[in-house]
Amino acid sequence: MPRQIGDVVLRVEDLHTYCFTRWGVVRAVDGVSFSLRQGEALGIVGESGCGKTMTALSLLRLVPRPAARIVRGRILLEGDNLLEKTEREMRAIRGRRISMILQDPQTSLNPVFTVGNQLIEAIKIHHKDGRRSLVRRAIDGLKQVRVAAPERRVQDYPHQMSGGMKQRVVGAIAISCEPRVIIADEPTTSLDVTIQAQYLRLLREIQEATNLAVIFITHDFGIVAKMCDRVMVMYAGRVVESGDVRDIFNRPSHPYTQALLSSVPTMDERVERLYSIAGQPPALWDLPAGCRFAARCPHADERCRRDYPPSFTAGEGHTADCWRLEDACEPSQFSGPRA
Amino acid sequence: MQRYIARRFLQSLLALWVMSLVVFSLARVTGNPLDVMLPLEAGPEEYERISRHWGLDKPLATQYVVFLTKALQGDFGNSWKWHGYSAMGLVAQRLPATLQLAGFALLISVAIALPIGVLAAVMKGTVWDSAAKIVALLGQSLPGFWLGIVLMWIFAVHLGWLPTSGRGGIQYMILPAITLGWFQVAAVMRLVRSSMLDVLDSEFVKLTRIKGLSEWKVVWKHCLRNAAIAPLTFFAIIAGVLMTGSVVTESVFSWPGTGLLVVDAVRARDFQVVQAVVIVFAGIFIFTNLLVDILYAYLDPRIRYR
Repeated sequence: MPRQIGDVVLRVEDLHTYCFTRWGVVRAVDGVSFSLRQGEALGIVGESGCGKTMTALSLLRLVPRPAARIVRGRILLEGDNLLEKTEREMRAIRGRRISMILQDPQTSLNPVFTVGNQLIEAIKIHHKDGRRSLVRRAIDGLKQVRVAAPERRVQDYPHQMSGGMKQRVVGAIAISCEPRVIIADEPTTSLDVTIQAQYLRLLREIQEATNLAVIFITHDFGIVAKMCDRVMVMYAGRVVESGDVRDIFNRPSHPYTQALLSSVPTMDERVERLYSIAGQPPALWDLPAGCRFAARCPHADERCRRDYPPSFTAGEGHTADCWRLEDACEPSQFSGPRA
Repeated sequence: MQRYIARRFLQSLLALWVMSLVVFSLARVTGNPLDVMLPLEAGPEEYERISRHWGLDKPLATQYVVFLTKALQGDFGNSWKWHGYSAMGLVAQRLPATLQLAGFALLISVAIALPIGVLAAVMKGTVWDSAAKIVALLGQSLPGFWLGIVLMWIFAVHLGWLPTSGRGGIQYMILPAITLGWFQVAAVMRLVRSSMLDVLDSEFVKLTRIKGLSEWKVVWKHCLRNAAIAPLTFFAIIAGVLMTGSVVTESVFSWPGTGLLVVDAVRARDFQVVQAVVIVFAGIFIFTNLLVDILYAYLDPRIRYR
């Protein structure tokens, strides 16, 4: 069954998450807005430390306390603003309405409990049920992620399973309570390549079967091309470009996106050296006033260094924060210049 | 699991046997017991007669075999100081008092150290964390003989809430148990705190929160069970420290246990009793270690399958 892209399930508006450290305020997420429809797959791409994971943790309100805090913004999950919920209400939402798959399956399961036990626990938090029916649901959950012999596997400890198998269990935990939104934070980074493809296929199948909305956090454009409908490119805590996958690949409009795409190796071209972006991202506690990419951008001029560019529309549903688009297009309606 | 326990059990027996060798040789190294037993004016023929009587004229290996055979039957000879009592009989008679005190001290220290250690880790960097550090520092720096006397002076002499010494109801146990246990509180608390900090940072803890589990269960179910391994190792050591610590504490509070017995026995050069006490202490220590090894396997499945 093909996926049906439905109504907006998640809308994030002007999200700011800061870390208060002894070196100063780190603006890890600095004004991120996006929306996600039912059945849609959104990719968040960017270098390490650009705020991808921090954005994801903010959606669950699980930013590392006490250093990090969500300072501003709205997170609307099916219309409910999650930032106005109490901690108790949030617990009823986590796992049940929004869930997450972590990066490293080797460490994301508790070594001292069986996988069945951990899966049952996830179900039990949101569904009060008898022991026997919980066990059956756990076995069904493992079946859903294609674990062979699930009746036996529920009694295994994590260390008795392979990495790919563990990541399937983590997936089963994430979907066990039929959430509307799943965030997959680099779900295949620590798996080897053949297992990666299998796991992505599995996620796609689950998404098709349940019409889940999925956010893929990754730095791999290959995964984006294969899995996502839309892409959001983040740089230094901000979304610098977003749009449909095809638009981003065909007409990347922000120099950072262009640079990222040219650092991806291709099969049909032989190159001596892979392209790499010169310089490093700015320190997040000492951000420049203007465009954050200016220092590494080949096209940067005086204005880029002075003023942060507004979001310009580069096509239908395709926006980019770059002054070079000023002549070509109108500023998009929902954001003006920001300091 | 059974193989694991069986192997650990055999290792414990081996340790106990080595201990018997050490006790046997140490007693011989201290000198000829006849020098203490016989009067100064005793002649060589006296020495020879008594030697033959006690079997001391035989080679050391034979003596050891005799010692071991008797020891295996629980016979460590008769006390020289307390006439008419066997050494083992005296120890057996005093042991319950020591075990009671040590058990109570262990209970107090765990009941205090575990929650404080966990909370200090969860509330790292707050006032509570610093307060816990101070409790730990005091516990580790106050020597038992001094703490015992000061506690006695405050709570028994000045306030009159608790008896000064002796053995009776639970009120007699409180002061000696605190004296014996406070040092452990400090150590266990620090261990629990540091291993909890490691676990609190791990990914699986993040996952339990993503599932929507309450913070209480995240900390006390998922974290503590992982963090318990290191402090558990320490319990085996504590068992030993509580035994040796009982020597000081029992003397201060005149607690009629093995600690007090061994002090009296050493003063009287009653080697039979000393040997019996050392072997029994060693046995308890080795047994606790065996118990801890089994508990490990229960707590951490990765050990079970090795």
